[in-house]
Amino acid sequence: MSKTTQETESQNPNPNIILFLCRWCSGKGADLAGTSRLQYPPNVLPIMVNCSSRIDPQHVVEAFLEGADGVLITGCNFGDCHYKTGNYKTFRRMSILSKLLKQVGVSPKRFRLTWISATEAAKFAKTVTAMVDELKKLPPYKINGKGGEEL
Amino acid sequence: MSRVGVFVCHCGRNIAHTVDIEKVVEKIKDVDEVIHIESNMYMCSEPGQTVLKDAINKHNLDRVVVAACSKDMHEDTFRIATKEAGLNQYLTEMANIREQCSWVHEEKDKATEKTIRIIESTIEKVKRNQPLVPYQIPVTQKALVIGGGVAGIQAALDIADAGYEVVLVEKDSTIGGKMAQLAETFPTLDCSQCILTPKMVAVGRHPNISLLTNSEVENIDGYVGSFKVRINKKPRYVIEEKCTLCDDCVSVCPVIVHDEYNVGLTPRKAIYIAFPQAVPANYIIDPNTCLGIDPLICAKCKEVCEPRAIDFDMQPEIIEEEFGAIIVATGYTPYPIESIGEYGYGTIHDVISGLEFERILAANGPTQGVIRRPSDGKIPESVVFIHCAGSRDPAKHLEYCSKICCMYATKHALQYKHLVHDGTAINFYIDVRTAGKDYEEFYKRAAEEEGVIYIRGKVSELLQDGERILVRGVNTLTSEAVELHTDLVVLATGLLPSEGTKEISNILKLSCDNKGFVKEAHPKLKPVETAIAGVFVAGTASGPKDIPETVAQASGAAAKAETILSSDFMDRDPVIAEIDENTCGVCHTCIHVCPYGAIYYDEPLNKIVVREALCEGCGSCASACPSGSIELRNSTYESISASIKALLRSG
Repeated sequence: MSKTTQETESQNPNPNIILFLCRWCSGKGADLAGTSRLQYPPNVLPIMVNCSSRIDPQHVVEAFLEGADGVLITGCNFGDCHYKTGNYKTFRRMSILSKLLKQVGVSPKRFRLTWISATEAAKFAKTVTAMVDELKKLPPYKINGKGGEEL
Repeated sequence: MSRVGVFVCHCGRNIAHTVDIEKVVEKIKDVDEVIHIESNMYMCSEPGQTVLKDAINKHNLDRVVVAACSKDMHEDTFRIATKEAGLNQYLTEMANIREQCSWVHEEKDKATEKTIRIIESTIEKVKRNQPLVPYQIPVTQKALVIGGGVAGIQAALDIADAGYEVVLVEKDSTIGGKMAQLAETFPTLDCSQCILTPKMVAVGRHPNISLLTNSEVENIDGYVGSFKVRINKKPRYVIEEKCTLCDDCVSVCPVIVHDEYNVGLTPRKAIYIAFPQAVPANYIIDPNTCLGIDPLICAKCKEVCEPRAIDFDMQPEIIEEEFGAIIVATGYTPYPIESIGEYGYGTIHDVISGLEFERILAANGPTQGVIRRPSDGKIPESVVFIHCAGSRDPAKHLEYCSKICCMYATKHALQYKHLVHDGTAINFYIDVRTAGKDYEEFYKRAAEEEGVIYIRGKVSELLQDGERILVRGVNTLTSEAVELHTDLVVLATGLLPSEGTKEISNILKLSCDNKGFVKEAHPKLKPVETAIAGVFVAGTASGPKDIPETVAQASGAAAKAETILSSDFMDRDPVIAEIDENTCGVCHTCIHVCPYGAIYYDEPLNKIVVREALCEGCGSCASACPSGSIELRNSTYESISASIKALLRSG
């Protein structure tokens, strides 16, 4: 393995990821990952809300402006939302946002939306680990004058 | 300026093992507006709570952060302690540094750093919390029990005996469920019908129980204390009050179909009664096969019915009622053994399921309790019972153990030996699991006293060989291949969640495990509660279990429901949406977003209003409002924003 490959593989050894959890599914899934002692990298910084639909797209933008290297939104699986249709709204809002973020030059790897049930602790740990690994390969997120990055 | 107190829990070594508590305290004590910080070995302990209460008063704290475990574990504990110290309980927040930090990370410095950030973000949140007072909502003192198997029957009887009204909804034409199909029960060999039917009759005549059979729950809205439920009572096409059970209709009915009660081993007519002891004791017409219901081709039963009890024009009845608590007892369905190709079920007539064998053994079954095999009616000289058919096989079938199959296969072998004294009963097993009172003794009785043969190993293949069945397998104790001929093979299959369980968990938005069984609020300490307040689960809807455990759970769920029904009012979470009338542009966006219809336009006043009793607090409206005029209390835009900033603050 050459030195250059090593460097590109960890351009950012310590990415910060804002992790949104909903109280009923993904939050419980994250708790179960804890109870089951499933290990994942400590780079995810959790915020618990009642429902993923409480997250304003502006919160995501704010997270990037405040220096987050990535944002991971998690909610209930479709059909399982404690608030009936909250996750569908999240899906619609965040889908639009992800397009906008791409247009202003934020790599799609930095913004993920995923559904995790209260029992899917393994999926939770896996999703987090995968995202952290991915972001380690990207440089730290910086807003430059043009508002773009590595696209 | 707030006066924030922070309490960091060691949780023994659970947190302290991976988080440097001293460093956390050192860091947090310099955070703005933090007046007091201390750590404690166990914050949730009585002394820990006293520490919290004393500090609130001594330092005149007006905001509290407890950095410990998950909200689900101890939020109530610390909010009650806060209230006891004279501070509004909504001014206390928990920072989860155990499940989401110390337990999932190994590197101490990084876990410590993350802990500091989590606590800082929680401080930012709690600073923005406002004191709230829970709403009092009236409780409808009536329970809904969904599913009329032994679990539903027991739960309904217990609640009714405690003096509350119960509506018991059953999909089938009669209550009784799977237990009514069983011949005898392990380990006592009690006749299943004999012990169940008294309970069924008691349900039928209990003044506090309204029984709705042939009915399905279609929709459930609302919340603990006042669930609004829509039930579809499907037409029986037989007027219950008029029917005299004379049986005249059955003999003239020309339609012959498989009888579900006998698992398809006998025929029934399109007009039928499930079994003689059915409750309610009434005939029913199966609309899918009857030739009289739209289009009217045949009306033979109507012609012979003297009391004029048959009404082909009967319509479904929609019943809408309110309930204070709900018990889900929707049961299981056996694993479909057709999918086990190597056992040839469906092509080899004498390979049958455990439930089919129950019917063959039953005194009211197709053979009146004489063991005859389906192909030619011969009494089998030898029977092979295959344990774990489709269970404990993660590669192809169910990965889990269904708990009851070893016992019922042993019971089947024993019953066979009791009825065919010189017959040979052979059980193929992986492990014999007999965890239950008197279960091991029952197995020993079969294996050691009554000559049932047990072979440790799996059967790999079943083949028709003339009139007999060739069984190929392996004895894993002697490492020898086994080949033998037998007359009948009974597959002990595992349990799957029933269709009803899936439908109800969908309607109620209950969390389910990866097998589809309803997930308990806590697997050990809240075994009959679900994630939704006021909804309880009993019996096999939450996983495979035997009858004693099912009945115990049903009584447990009933007791839990009674604690709700026994109060006139309940506290409701005041974390709901709130509108700032000064900035609201009356654009109606929030009205369309709300899943509960909790927001409406008050035309005379020209303003948007939140119906407090209907709002569940999802906050969807808050993130949709273009002018930021609607907010979720204690989870405002600004509060989340401040938390994000705190999490990302370097250093």
